[in-house]
Amino acid sequence: MRVELVARREPSRLMLYLTPLLAVSLTALVGAGVFSLLGYDGPGAAFMIFVQPITNPSLWPDLAAKAAPLVIIAVGLAIGFRANVWNIGAEGQYVVGALAGTGVALGTWGMQGAWILPLMVLAGMLAGGLYAGVPALLRTRLGVSEILTSLMLNYAAIQLLYYLMRGPWKDPEGYGFPETRQFDEARTVPKLSDWGLLTELDPGGVVHFGAPLAILLALIAWFVMARSLFGFRIRVSGAAPKAARYGGFAANRTIWMSLLLSGGLAGLAGVLHASGSVGQMVPAFPTGYGFMAIIVAFLGRLHPLGVALASIVLAITIIGGEEAQAKLGMPNAAAGVFQAMTLFFLLATDVFVKNRLRIGGRIKTGASA
Amino acid sequence: MAADRSASGGARLELRGVTKAFPGVLANDKVSFTVQPGEIHALLGENGAGKSTLVKMIYGVTQPDAGEIRWNGAPVGVSSPRAARKLGVGMVFQHFSLFEALSVTENIALGLDVSMRPGKLAARIREVLDAYGLALDPSRIVSSLSVGERQRIEIVRALLLEPELLIMDEPTSVLTPQEAAQLFETLRQLAARGCSVLYISHKLKEIQELCDAATILRGGKVVAECQPRRETAGSMAEMMIGAGLAAVKRPKARALGAEKLVVEGLSTAGEGLALQDISFRVRAGEILGVAGVAGNGQNELLEVLSGERPAARGSAQLSGGELLGRSPNARRKLGLCAAPEERNGHAAVGEFSLAENAALTGRDRRNLTSFGLVRPAPTRAFAEEIIARFDVRTTGPGALASALSGGNLQKFVIGREILQAPEALIVAQPTWGVDAGAAAVIHQALLDLAAKGCAIVLISQDLDELLAIVDQLAVINEGRLSPARETGAVSIEALGLLMGGVHGAEDSGADGGAEEAAYAG
Repeated sequence: MRVELVARREPSRLMLYLTPLLAVSLTALVGAGVFSLLGYDGPGAAFMIFVQPITNPSLWPDLAAKAAPLVIIAVGLAIGFRANVWNIGAEGQYVVGALAGTGVALGTWGMQGAWILPLMVLAGMLAGGLYAGVPALLRTRLGVSEILTSLMLNYAAIQLLYYLMRGPWKDPEGYGFPETRQFDEARTVPKLSDWGLLTELDPGGVVHFGAPLAILLALIAWFVMARSLFGFRIRVSGAAPKAARYGGFAANRTIWMSLLLSGGLAGLAGVLHASGSVGQMVPAFPTGYGFMAIIVAFLGRLHPLGVALASIVLAITIIGGEEAQAKLGMPNAAAGVFQAMTLFFLLATDVFVKNRLRIGGRIKTGASA
Repeated sequence: MAADRSASGGARLELRGVTKAFPGVLANDKVSFTVQPGEIHALLGENGAGKSTLVKMIYGVTQPDAGEIRWNGAPVGVSSPRAARKLGVGMVFQHFSLFEALSVTENIALGLDVSMRPGKLAARIREVLDAYGLALDPSRIVSSLSVGERQRIEIVRALLLEPELLIMDEPTSVLTPQEAAQLFETLRQLAARGCSVLYISHKLKEIQELCDAATILRGGKVVAECQPRRETAGSMAEMMIGAGLAAVKRPKARALGAEKLVVEGLSTAGEGLALQDISFRVRAGEILGVAGVAGNGQNELLEVLSGERPAARGSAQLSGGELLGRSPNARRKLGLCAAPEERNGHAAVGEFSLAENAALTGRDRRNLTSFGLVRPAPTRAFAEEIIARFDVRTTGPGALASALSGGNLQKFVIGREILQAPEALIVAQPTWGVDAGAAAVIHQALLDLAAKGCAIVLISQDLDELLAIVDQLAVINEGRLSPARETGAVSIEALGLLMGGVHGAEDSGADGGAEEAAYAG
């Protein structure tokens, strides 16, 4: 019997939507197997990581809190990826955005007013965008791959964070801990529960206004990609670079726009998370959202609404991973392994979007069974 | 050709009721025809008539849904190209699959189904070249060869297997007249030795000159069989498109306006072939033809004029305004439109709908955007207008560009540019692979556009096309453009020499005389 891949005449839409589910299922299956072999309760871990966070409502607020920054970052990355601009530096832009917001918060210390928070947010977006502008400049002027430069700038951003935490921005009343001051109310993104929203679902007040903003941003991005000239530019540039140039969309401008936008959104996610969820800036601030957002962007098929769904899937694995760690004694790396496997299987099953399997061919004798 | 056409026993190839359907299209509907041993048999038809699908089934690339393929009298199932080659079917595709960096021998070795020692292979190649008088140096690197020579590699590759049937898909579309004549000689020799040839072409004059029999397809069905030598080009064209050909109406004496598009000393540097010192002038209402063999700077010329490629020196002015240094968009707003030869991926985006493709270049001149948004209704309306005016066969503006046949997409692209009412239009290979009926529509549209005062530059390898509609003719060769001359003042032979005498500009050898004479006019 022969098994072969045959190119489809048109990419399969069904497979396009099915492969993310397939990837998640394969991850759960293989992950359970691997951790069983390592002597853990593999099926239990897979259940705890992929199912428990959905069935247990008390974990939902955490899901929303974790998914929100992923949505914001991944929506930006997905737009860049659609144009074949590969920003791998969202983690760094996220940190720099948070630092810029913190800078505003600390620089205005002692002042009060409703203008402080918007200024922090603005500074975060600008800083994230400018930080992504470095790879854009190097790419458009010198032809350096933005994949390498944006990746390396992640580590530069983290070093900057460590320096500021241990030096200039250390809380003077913090007993020498390398952390900033705790933000006061004027410097904190309000919680939904502060406004009396969803108090039954979120009794602890975990979810801040970053969550609804993330949904709004995904919707806006959807509209922009589908209807605007900017979205058109992005889509043409990714699908047919020569046609983009012919149509009057200069490649360098597309690179700048994509990087500034994805960097700005990563910066926004950073400042919202620092202000809304952490409440101060700490050295442990970078937890890999910028990297996970890459998985999210692909899992969501580079479509803004797909990205929103994929963010929830990734958030499930984060929360589930923490649970499995606490309750089953799984290693810290387990959640990371599951996330990486998800991307791996997604890329592997991707081949079925443009190809189909042909099984059979020649069976020479007695095909009666 | 003494063979009795009704007796299938002696036929080399016979198709009986071959049917193939793709989602939404019946590509071949009960096609039957017969090819005799030693016969050169033409397969003639419009774009989308089903010629390619049919030969793909004969060559084993796809399988028929119904019907029978008989080979030397016995029914066969051709499961793959390898199986076809084993039967004795060779095929030379329109687009070659060659490695530029490898030699002729290496390329041939890579395409073989069986491994052969290098020494033996070289001897076999020599044998084939000598037997058919093919001029080709087996040690040359492919990148240094002309298109005609590259095609000969593919032919040798097929002939090494001693085929009994050779399928040629639009073989002359990239050749100079002289190269085409050489190819015909080879094919006649092949036929004289008993090998059958299935010859796909849309060039009626060639078929008349070369082929013993012709099967004409329309809409996937066989509509006629004929002996081309007994027909006229006009009568075959009529069978092919099912209606009288609308002759291109060319106004005898057109009033030409002032000089509109003036290019002086235009040169490029950087990737691709460098253009050197290109100069020409096109008046309002005039069509300048640029002839030349593919790869001599045609794409570069179009791109430097459209704004996709930077110029190093020179100037290009439209109605007195400088174009160089402006973006493609700015040039389009000034009135310069362009239609490059590569439809999919350059002139259009395959995975986009026709409406989106309409907006790709038409958005400014047709006012399809507002407040940074693409306006859906006018965009659809523009696409519908193109589809209706240029008879694009499609399901509507929502259809993907990649779902259209090459000729239909070409009509769409040309229509999109013409309907923007440009001041100047640069168009490359507008009728490449387009059937006679559609070509006539495109030619008429270009003439009508010129009549409205547009300055047109038509870049084409099809001399018949150029001679039919252009006012002045120039030849591009290795990035240089010959001076333009009145179309009537230059013979096909002289043009062919200019195009194919490739290196003539610098050569001063004995055989360079004719080319220089042609340059001197």
